[in-house]
Parts: sequence; structure tokens; C-alpha cells
Amino acid sequence: MHRDSERHKLFSRRALMLGAGQAALLSVLAGRMYYLQVVESQRYVTLADENRINFRLLAPPRGRIVDRHSLPMADNQQNYRVVIIPEQAGNVERTLDLLSLIVPLSGGERRRIRREVKRKRAFVPITVRENLDWSEVARIEVNTPDLPGILIDVGQSRNYTKGAETAHVIGYVAAVSEKDLTGDPLLELPGFRIGKAGVEKIYDLSLRGSGGSSQVEVNALGRVIRELDRQEGQPGNEVRLTIDSDLQHYIVQRLGNKSATVVVMDVHTGEVLSLVSSPSFDPNSFNTGLSQAEWESLISNPKAPLTNKAIAGQYAPGSTFKPTVALAGLEKGAITADTKIHCSGSVKLGNAEFHCWKRGGHGVLDLQGAIEHSCDVYFYEVARRTGIDRISAMARRLGLGSRLGLDLPGEKPGLVPSNKWKLGAVGTPWQLGETLIAGIGQGYILTTPLQLAVMTARLANGGHAVTPRLTMERVTQTGVEPYPDEEAVSIGISPEHLTMVLKGMNAVVNSSTGTARRSRITEQRWRMAGKTGTVQVRRISKAERETGVLKNKELPWKERDHALFIGYAPVDSPRFAVSVVVEHGGGGSSTAAPVARDVLRETQRLAELRPSSGRRQALGEDKGRKT
Amino acid sequence: MLYHDGLLSQPKVSIGQKLLHLHWLFVILLTLTASIGFAMLYSAAGGDFDPWASRQMVRFGVGMLGMVVIAVTDIRLWLRYAYAFYFLVLALLLGVELAGFVGMGAQRWISLGFFNVQPSELMKVAMVLALARYFHGGSIEDVGRPMFLLAPAIMVAVPAVLIVRQPDLGTTLMLVLASVAIFFAAGVRMWKFVLAGILGLISAPVAWFTILRDYQKQRILTFLNPESDTLGSGYHIIQSKIALGSGGVFGKGFMLGTQSHLNFLPEKQTDFIFTMLAEEFGLVGGLTLIALYVLLLAYGFVIAMSSRNHFGRLVAIGVTVTFFLYIFINIAMVMGLIPVVGVPLPLVSYGGTAMLTLLFGFGLLLCVHIHQDLTIGRRDSGDEF
Repeated sequence: MHRDSERHKLFSRRALMLGAGQAALLSVLAGRMYYLQVVESQRYVTLADENRINFRLLAPPRGRIVDRHSLPMADNQQNYRVVIIPEQAGNVERTLDLLSLIVPLSGGERRRIRREVKRKRAFVPITVRENLDWSEVARIEVNTPDLPGILIDVGQSRNYTKGAETAHVIGYVAAVSEKDLTGDPLLELPGFRIGKAGVEKIYDLSLRGSGGSSQVEVNALGRVIRELDRQEGQPGNEVRLTIDSDLQHYIVQRLGNKSATVVVMDVHTGEVLSLVSSPSFDPNSFNTGLSQAEWESLISNPKAPLTNKAIAGQYAPGSTFKPTVALAGLEKGAITADTKIHCSGSVKLGNAEFHCWKRGGHGVLDLQGAIEHSCDVYFYEVARRTGIDRISAMARRLGLGSRLGLDLPGEKPGLVPSNKWKLGAVGTPWQLGETLIAGIGQGYILTTPLQLAVMTARLANGGHAVTPRLTMERVTQTGVEPYPDEEAVSIGISPEHLTMVLKGMNAVVNSSTGTARRSRITEQRWRMAGKTGTVQVRRISKAERETGVLKNKELPWKERDHALFIGYAPVDSPRFAVSVVVEHGGGGSSTAAPVARDVLRETQRLAELRPSSGRRQALGEDKGRKT
Repeated sequence: MLYHDGLLSQPKVSIGQKLLHLHWLFVILLTLTASIGFAMLYSAAGGDFDPWASRQMVRFGVGMLGMVVIAVTDIRLWLRYAYAFYFLVLALLLGVELAGFVGMGAQRWISLGFFNVQPSELMKVAMVLALARYFHGGSIEDVGRPMFLLAPAIMVAVPAVLIVRQPDLGTTLMLVLASVAIFFAAGVRMWKFVLAGILGLISAPVAWFTILRDYQKQRILTFLNPESDTLGSGYHIIQSKIALGSGGVFGKGFMLGTQSHLNFLPEKQTDFIFTMLAEEFGLVGGLTLIALYVLLLAYGFVIAMSSRNHFGRLVAIGVTVTFFLYIFINIAMVMGLIPVVGVPLPLVSYGGTAMLTLLFGFGLLLCVHIHQDLTIGRRDSGDEF
């Protein structure tokens, strides 16, 4: 017993030591709890919320783009797509087999779906096919009991109601690429589209609207448990264009498959009623994705359907430049309305000989006659007397040689040459011969069809610096506001000089001997005036000139002349200006003038049909629609 | 007093009298602790007794009955059959090891209805009994002789090696540490532990390259730097710390733990149930549970020190230390203090295996308490009671 009590004492001592050790260790645990739950608690609260709360962006509906009469040109369409939720489907392959009886699925699609099923979580819907038509939707809906995990999902996709007709104006939207990322989280939403060209691009921010957000609680697998908070976004603004979609449609039909451009604008307001570059492309296919073959054919087409030639095509203006040269000459006093010059068919300058388009010449002509007959020799002489720098200055005042600031991306500046320009760009001094060439709108000078229309508008509106625009109201990032109601400033051309030149342009169409007499408008109140232009795209050699210049029809398409026409109507109180450029179309009078006549006729017919196209009336009409 | 001094061949005491002397306060504390577990299991199931809470309650009820039966058994019976029990469990351990080796899969347990008996778990109790009996029979001088310690060292080493090969690092650790505590309580000299510790340190690198499996090494590495592997093993520790920390002082409220209910917290009904408790009831809830454990442990020590027989003392200390190891390893693990080793929170985590071991152990502890005044001679092996 004695020995056991010794053992007992030793045991008790040891047991107390063990107890003390345990107490110490448990204190460590309590201290650790205090550290985690009191000292560091706030940090962990944040981390726990980051775990469970997901912010989801809600894409706002993109603003519509409508024409001047508020007819939709770009809107959002319900896009029905069929999705599969693997978790609910159970046997994905079997369900897809059944589904492909309704919507045939290619091997590639099946592979993509299989890949996504593997990669994504089982409750995440996977898109099987987009853009279903009604009968497919109906057949899937009817068969849902046999298609576990198959759902019809409605999304929104951009729809261009006028298709290719307005593609160059409106542009298109497409998926966001790496370089488009600006930090706007909307751009990172899967399936989000942004404007990649045209109005869609230039007013992208305004059309886009601002995203809403939804705060959802998710579990560890990412499944949404419930919505905690929701903030609706701001839908994109509606943008109303100055385009008349009926006129646009008419022009596209009129041009057919020509490689051509037509620009119609209001000479007072600068509103662009129509801007056509032909051929075009289907913007809807850019939204859904082009096949490689479609892309190749667009890219390799010599008529450049992807380029908006109305603003990015640069052409020598040819004879359409002659009114400008005349104005420069009149202003300098180099000529008057009565200055008569004899045209013998060519003029010699040093060793070079400059030809008139008419073999044998026009004989003696005054200014009006020279414009009416488009005599080259007359304008060689006017240019020689006026000098290149004065001609350039006049061209610039009329809107050539620099960007006009139309609200479209990709506008080209054209080129108006001068002494200084040539020294800088070419490095050699200006030659007098080049001045003569410039006198008939050839040589270095380049203009865009839009600039030609603006030049015409400035001639027709009495010399006011009208600038073109594409929207009825000024578009800002937050909305739209009316344009300030102000008269365009004068470009300081003497009204008498202007009258002399316009008389010539009237004669081009309405005199019995004018170059465009066959394209006159017979209705008295719609009569137009204008100027033809035919631009050589190849050099005519001396040998060819001697043996007889080849006719356009005898040349390959690429070497044929460009046909140009600028015009305005009505003659007595001009309201609309037009420019027509038909690439390799042959003569301005034979190809471009008839187009201009038909376009101006249709423009005026539509304007009479719908007088409400004015800005204020249209605003009132718009309000009426909304209520 | 049920038993009087020095009266070895006391007449048998009736079951009724023994029940009267059962440590009822201890039983109530056990039930209270287990009830916290039921509540947490109810919460873990999203407010449902199914599938965990109800089964756990039944298990606990059955286990309590077994515990009381063990408590009223004559302690000398346990003394007498301590080695037999040890060898039986060792045989079972070898059995499942061989079965696993032969290709019966990784099943390390034997099904007994409500309980799945894992021989490695039973060994925790068997080891306590066997060591207690061994040291009960040794004098202070015996304990001082190194050769005397060879046999119990082998008794510990053989099952430890078998279990670590399973591989079950947590159980091995607990078995070895509890054994060390019994060696210590039995009076083995301090320097021997120091020597063993040094030897252990030397052999650690050897173990790293031979015994430890890749995933075990990974767990230790992850423990050392949990942020290195946020989606793998480190994920558990990080999410557990977030749950705990975000609970704050008063918690998020019953059934409102976001980390646990949104499944960011892994195994919330088993190994990480303490995290869930601390998330929903905060520091207050966590410390309350720890306080209950401290009370239970304190009673364990009191029972151990009050026993007048050495076997009882050693059994009580062995059970108490085992209980403590469950608590400490589990809580330290979920708070990121030690690697994830897969030890449940005693009486609270869902699962029958640990419950069986614990209630078996507590039965023995209560048995020691009932027989605290019984003296058993050093050479008395319980054969002649």
C-alpha cells in the first residue's frame, strides 16, 4: 500500500503536468479564435462576401437607329436559341440525338457542345443553336417532355431592317475584340456587341446605354441562390438619322450592280438624305459571323463592297471642277462672263499639247458656253490666267481638300494641290502644265463624292458654308439635343459670279445643246441643273490619239473612265444637291447624269409626299408616337 | 463508498447501487455537448433532421446505453481482459489490412448497424487498457528500467505502423500521443522522452521519404503555405478561416452561415463542424463549446487522480488525453494551426466511428469513477475478484 501511495503521488504530479499542458494548448486555441474572430474579423467578413456575392452585369438594350421619318433601320430582334442544361438533360448525347431530329446538328457543332459540356459546370446552359426560326421553336416547344434539359432562350440581337441598303451608313455591330476593351465592364460580357463601322461605331457610346447590375448570392459551385439587389441599366439612346430610307432604297435599286456612289443632301441644312455606296454587303451577317468563304469574296471583290466609297473613295473631279475654276477666275478678274476664247481642239504649251475632249474644237465660246459644252481648252486658259493657288483656295472654300466632319468613321480628306503642297510632298516646283490639267479637274486633285455634293450645295445655296450631317439631332453620350438653329456662314463669293456659273450649270441640262440635255427633268417645278464629268483613269498615248482614242466599251472595265455628275434642284430655288460617281462607268453625261436626274426627281417627289420631314415637325411627330 | 479499503474480495455490489454512483453530472455535460452537435447537424442539413441530426441522435442514444453498461461493469473484468482485448483488436487490424491488401478495396471497417467499427479506432481504447494494465503491474523501480519499457513500446509500435500504412496519419498520431501520455503519467523519466523526441526528429526525414504518401506530404506542405494552393488542399483551410473570421464575436446566426450553407466550407457536417459553429455563433459559441470540453476534461483528471487503483488512474488519464487530442487536433486544424489530418470534433462531428471510441472510453472513465475506492494490488491481475 505504501508503494502504491508513492505511485499515486508521482501519478498525480504527472497528471497535473498533463492537465497544465492541455490548459496551455487550449488557451492557444482560444487565442487563435480571438485573433481570427475579433482582430482579423473584418478582413474575413469581406472575404466571405466576396465569396458569396457575384455582381452580374445586365446588358442594356442597344438604342435603335431610325431614318428621318422614324422608320427603323437598326433595331433589336428577339433571337431564339436553344440551350441545353447538362444537369437536367442527364444523358446529353441522347438528348442531342433527339434534338437533331428537329434541328439538324453538324459534327462540328456536336463537338463544340461536347467540349463546352465538359468545360462548364453542369447547371450552366450551353447554347446549341442560335437564330431559330418560328417553326423550329414551335417544334421544340411541343416536344419538350421528350427533350430533358432543352430550353428555348430568348436573347436580343441587332437587326438591320434595310440590310445591305444602309450598310455603309449604319455600319454593323460585332463581338468585342481585345483592342476594343476600354475598361467598361459591359464590353467583357459574353456575347456583347459593339459598333464596328458607320453610325453604329461613331455613336457607339450613346447607342450602348449603361449597364445595370444584379447582385446575386452564389454557392461554392457558382450556382445562383438568390438575387440580393438589382439596378436596372439605362437603355441606349435612339439615334434619328437624316437618311430617307425610301430614297436610299430607290437609289440602291437604280444603281443595280454598278460600282458607284450617290450622295443627296439638303443644300441649306446639310442633312444628308441619302448616302449610297454600291455594291454593299449584308450587315446582319457580320453580327452572326461570316464564313471564311463569304469574307474572302467580300475582300477580293474589285468593286470593294466593304469600302464606303462615298466618303472614302477619292476621285479626280474632272469637269465637275470647272465651276470652281470659273469662280476663281472671275474673282481674280482673269475672266468675265463675256470673256471669249477660241477652242481649236487643243492648245500648245512649250513642247506639250493639251487636248480638248472634242476633236476639232468648239470654236469661240463665252463662259456660259464653256460650262455648257464643258470645253477643256477654255478652262486650260482660265486656269493659266488664274494660277493654281487661287484655284486651290476656291476649292477649299467650297469644301474640297479636307474632311468635312460628317458623323461617319473613315472619311478621307481628298487632295487640293498647291505650289507649296507640291514642293513639300513631291519636292519639285509646280509646273504651269499642271495648272492647266488642274483647270479641268485632273492631275493631283482628288475629291470624295461627299465633297462633290457639299461643293454643289455651297454653289446652289448662294455660297454658304453648309456642312453635311447625318443625324436630325445632335447625339451626345447622354442623349440627343437639337442642333443650334443658325444660318451657315457665307464663304464670300460674289453673288453675280455665282449667278454666272449657275446659269452655265443650268444650260448643261436645260439648253438644247448642253452636255446633259438628254437627262433633263421634264416636270417644270423639279428641274435640275448640274455639271457632267468624265475622268480618265489611264494615259492616252500620242500614238493612240493619232490612230483614234479607244472607246470605253473597247476597254477592260478597270481602264474605263469614271463617270461623274453633280447637280441640284429645283433650279429656281435650290433645295437638294446630288453627286453621282460611277466607277469606270464611261461618260458623265451618258452614265452619271441619268442617275442624278432620277435621284433628284425621286428626292423631290418624296419630299412633296411627306412634307413633315422638317426637323421640328418630325420632333413633334416623334413625341406623339411615344405617348 | 461502494468499496472499502483493503478489502480485495468484497461481495459483489449490485448494479442498482452502481448506477446510483454513476457520475451523472458528467453524463449531463456529455449530452449537452452532443446536443450542440445535433443543432449544428440540423443546421448543416439546411434546417432538417435528415440526413445527419436524426441518425446522430439515435447513435448517441444507443452509445449512451453502451457507455452505462461499460461503466457498471466491474473494473477488474477490464483489467483481466485488457491484453485479450488488445490482441483481438490487433488481429482485426491485421485482418482489414490483409483484406485491403488482397483486394477487398479500401474498406477499413466492419459494419455493426449504427456503427461502423474501425479496428484502428477500437485500438485507441484497447491500447489504453493494455498499457494501463502493463504499468499497473510495474513498480516505480520497474518503470525506471529501460528494458521494462521495451514491451509497451512494441505494443504501441506494431499497431501504429499498421495504421500509418492504411494510411491514417490522424489516428496514428493520436494513438502514439495518447500512449506517450500514459508512459508519462506512469512515471517514465523525463530524459527518456527527450531522447525519444531527438530520435524522432532524426527519423522524421526518413519517414518523409518512406512512410508518408504524396497526398500526406502535400497536406503538410499546404499547411506551411496554404495560399500557395487556393483551389486544392489549401482551399479547405482558407475557406475555414474565412468562415471562422467572418463569424465575428456573436456569429451570423443559427442556420445563417454563408460559408457553410453555400458550400464554400468543405465537410461542414464532419471535420469542419467547429468552423460552422463558430461562423453561426461566433467567438461566444466557439468558446462555450470549448468551455464544455474543459469541464469534461477537468472531471476526467479529477476521476483519474481520485482513483485508488493504478489501473483506473491510467485508464482515466488515457481516455482523457485521447479525448483532449480529438478536441485539440480538430480545432487547431480548422483554425489553420496544424495540417488537415482528418480528426473529427468529439461528440459533435457526424459519424459513428469516433462516437463509438469516445463513448467506449467514457464508459471506462465512468467505470473508474464508480470503482474509485477499490484498491487492486500490483500483482493482482483481476483474476480473482
